[in-house]
Amino acid sequence: MTIHLSIVLWLPLAAGVLALILPRAIARWMSLLGALCVLAYAIVLVADYDTARGGLQYVTDVVWIRSLGIHYKLGVGGLNLFLLLTTAIVFTAAALWSALREQDIPRPGLYAFLMGLAESGVLGAFLAQDLALFVVFFDLMLVPFYFLTLVWGGPDRGPAVLKLFIYTLVGSLLMLVGAIATGVLAAKGGTPTFVLSDLVRHPLTRGSQEWIFLVFALAFLIKMPAFPFHGWMPDGYQQMPIPVLAVFTAILSKVAAYGFLQVAIPLFPKAAVHFQELVMLVALASVLYGSAMAFTTTKARLILGYSSVAQLGFIVLGIFALNQRGGDGALLQSMNHALVAGPMIFIVAILAARAGGSEDIRDMGGGAVRAPVLAAVFLVLTYALLAMPGSANFIGEFFILLGVFQSKLAIAVVAFAGVAMAAVYALRFYIRSMHNRVGADVEPREISLRDGLVLVPMMLVVLALALYPQLALKRGDRAVTRAIAGAKLVQVNNTLAADRPQEAAR
Amino acid sequence: MIAVLATVKGPYIDWSALSPVLALLGGSVLVLLAGLLRSRFTREQLVPFLALAAFGATIGLAIWQWDADTLVVAGAMRIDSLTLLSTLLVCATGVAATLIAWRGQAARELAHGEFFALMLVSSAGMVVLVAATNLVTTFTGLELLSLPLYILCASMMRSERSLESGLKYLIIGSVGSATLLYGFALIYGATGQTGYRAIAQAIVTHHVAGDVLFLTAVAMTIVGLAFKASLAPFHQWTPDVYEGAPTSVTAFMSVATKTAAFGAILRLFDTALLPAVDDWRPVWIAIALLSIVIGNVGALGQSSMKRMLAFSSIAQAGYLLVGVVVVTNLGVQAVLFYLAVYLFANLAAFAVVAARERETGLGDDIGALRGLGARRPLLAVSMTLAMLSLAGIPATAGFIGKFRLIESAADGGYTWLGIAIVIGSMISLAYYLPVVAAMWREEAEPALAPEVDTRTGLPALAGGSPEADRPRAGWEVQLVALVLGAAVLAFGIFPQPLFDLVQSAARGLGLL
Repeated sequence: MTIHLSIVLWLPLAAGVLALILPRAIARWMSLLGALCVLAYAIVLVADYDTARGGLQYVTDVVWIRSLGIHYKLGVGGLNLFLLLTTAIVFTAAALWSALREQDIPRPGLYAFLMGLAESGVLGAFLAQDLALFVVFFDLMLVPFYFLTLVWGGPDRGPAVLKLFIYTLVGSLLMLVGAIATGVLAAKGGTPTFVLSDLVRHPLTRGSQEWIFLVFALAFLIKMPAFPFHGWMPDGYQQMPIPVLAVFTAILSKVAAYGFLQVAIPLFPKAAVHFQELVMLVALASVLYGSAMAFTTTKARLILGYSSVAQLGFIVLGIFALNQRGGDGALLQSMNHALVAGPMIFIVAILAARAGGSEDIRDMGGGAVRAPVLAAVFLVLTYALLAMPGSANFIGEFFILLGVFQSKLAIAVVAFAGVAMAAVYALRFYIRSMHNRVGADVEPREISLRDGLVLVPMMLVVLALALYPQLALKRGDRAVTRAIAGAKLVQVNNTLAADRPQEAAR
Repeated sequence: MIAVLATVKGPYIDWSALSPVLALLGGSVLVLLAGLLRSRFTREQLVPFLALAAFGATIGLAIWQWDADTLVVAGAMRIDSLTLLSTLLVCATGVAATLIAWRGQAARELAHGEFFALMLVSSAGMVVLVAATNLVTTFTGLELLSLPLYILCASMMRSERSLESGLKYLIIGSVGSATLLYGFALIYGATGQTGYRAIAQAIVTHHVAGDVLFLTAVAMTIVGLAFKASLAPFHQWTPDVYEGAPTSVTAFMSVATKTAAFGAILRLFDTALLPAVDDWRPVWIAIALLSIVIGNVGALGQSSMKRMLAFSSIAQAGYLLVGVVVVTNLGVQAVLFYLAVYLFANLAAFAVVAARERETGLGDDIGALRGLGARRPLLAVSMTLAMLSLAGIPATAGFIGKFRLIESAADGGYTWLGIAIVIGSMISLAYYLPVVAAMWREEAEPALAPEVDTRTGLPALAGGSPEADRPRAGWEVQLVALVLGAAVLAFGIFPQPLFDLVQSAARGLGLL
């Protein structure tokens, strides 16, 4: 069966353009239709992907801009297969959530167009097998989020959205220079190429690798966000409309994590080894800082925002363990976190609707009264968020910590504290909002059908993944091996080089 | 007598190679004469049409001559694809500026004929400036370009700001010209030559590179050209002049003058002064960095769109210089590509500003754009694409342009200048994005405070509904905005045709 990736890539945008033209009443459903088609396509991809063969499949490769040496090369491999599926799931949920809320979203045509552009941008970043194309999509996917927040965001969105855009684009633009320099330096005077598989074959000198790696790492760490680079996050999270925030927190951070595995480590293995400890320390700081902030803030959105700083910290730790276990865990955890963080944002909206519009957990409480279904769904997601044994998140974190344990013992020991802290903030959020005394302005009521339609399927996906995580692990395994192979080789060579002088001395 | 005439052989004149310049000059004479006619229809409809026809004919002739590479007028001008590409860009700007000015106030006050004739003469000067391969021709072209612009800036004779703008431009432009002329004189003094190729040979044979006289000459030349291209620290006139001049003239100046100035800089420095590259490169690098910083920082917090675009044009000129200082064929291509891209975005932005100026009575204030996304989505989309392109966001032509510039910098061993470009772009987001935000944020109708009828300049009648009474900007202004906005998007996704165009144009300079 031949599957054209261009179709899945541009389908959401096409649906969005249609929504822009069609009358209002249909526009809302167009983006849902587009997202559903992508979801169907993604499921077919997962089913059809030949795990035994592995590697890049369904490759599309044409020259896009001849003079710049940029190829329009798309492909699906073990790394992005499940991230594509996750993207499709979260975008479908967001589209359904928006379609069922007519009154919250004026100008539905424009909204559908921007959501379509956002989904195409994210899919493009995941599918791109050309460095320049990756950078294009990485920058492009931010643009619709700017407009989505600008038009439908909270009351103080003006400065927040500017800060978000500039902050994240600082990294992206520096990354652009890094990408161009990579292409030019690898070509050694010839016509530059940006195709990733070619670039991997022509590694740069160590000096060039180091500064370019740092630039890429900065871009990814800002986008995640990781601890010292998270300045845009609190304001941005507070002002984004709910479905947009769900997509943003679930998916965009994963593009950054994916970027490390897909681009930064394979292209710059020497630098990745050189800066391994630095990046791991940043990640560790994110775990500790994010967790600490998450159990001190009272704003529901920020609890989730800081928890995602911490969770992304774990993912980066896993990636930079630079071994099989850590990488596998990070990939699984990327998927887990996206599937949990998305619905959690919707739950914040549901809770706020019951607490008189306030998103402060001090105003909530007693939400579980007369709402057993809501309480059950929320509890399942909470357990997944805190990585309760039995959940796929537990398996992900377990693998990550195992990997880190094998490579950097000291960091692993500190990182274990993060696991405990996750339980604190996740349970605190649950208890303060669902249990305790019923808040002054809280009117507890059961989850409505339209919210249930979004949340229950997502919870089922989380449960399904908990029962059968091998589905994702097995397909990602070999791709992770390939992604870190270069870095491993460098490590081995370094050890050999370190041993040699001692032999000579003897 | 007749017998004598028959025996004297006139100089050979390559009419076909000169035809683009002649079409512009001939068109200007025609327009000027037609403007003298009494009939209102002739002046208001025929004259702009003739101007458009002259620009159109020049574009046609430039395309016809595309493969030409000849020296004309005794080696004083070179008609090659660099000249012809610049001609295309200048004439495209001319067409856009004519359409914007057509039913504007400035053209009416300058009796139409004069206005468009001056624009055509200035365009001819720009072509001569880029074509010049001799210091004397260069200076002639420069003055032919500048003098009409001084008048055009002051063409709104009842507006104090327009007059101030013209006067300021005249004084500062003259200082720039004088400095440049002094520089040229010293170059002649140091090398004994005025022809570009001869200068390059003399620099090598007489070993003048590094010589004090020659260094002074180069320094003064750079200062003179920096004045014209509005590069920091010689940019102080730019915001005032851009703000005061009529919007159509500002649009024309900001794009066409820049194209011509950079064409001249490329030809002068990459051919005549090429052997002395080590003398001038550090200076241009310093000017590029200063322009990027001062342009971007100056544009922050400007509420006048024209002032903001003036500072932004200083920054953009700084980016362009990066392509000049690497002195490679790739660099030349990058500069030319970026000039084309800059044309699309900047003219689209000016067209929207001009349209709103006529519709709201708020002038070029950013407030005139408020809520545009809901009420005039097509204009707002054009403006958005223009701003995103100037900022260098993917899927716009500006991104590809920056990509090429950074690539040429990395290729020439100046990756750090590429970093300077992106740092500039980051700062620039802080003033481009508020424009976008003003248009798309759902907000109250613009405060239509100064109720002034834009046609008569008198206060509007009481009892009229402001939105209904307000004239909608002519279709031609909107057409300019839409076409150029579409070009920004189209060349952002399929830039290859433009690359092919600049590739052949860059070959003329003979750099590797």
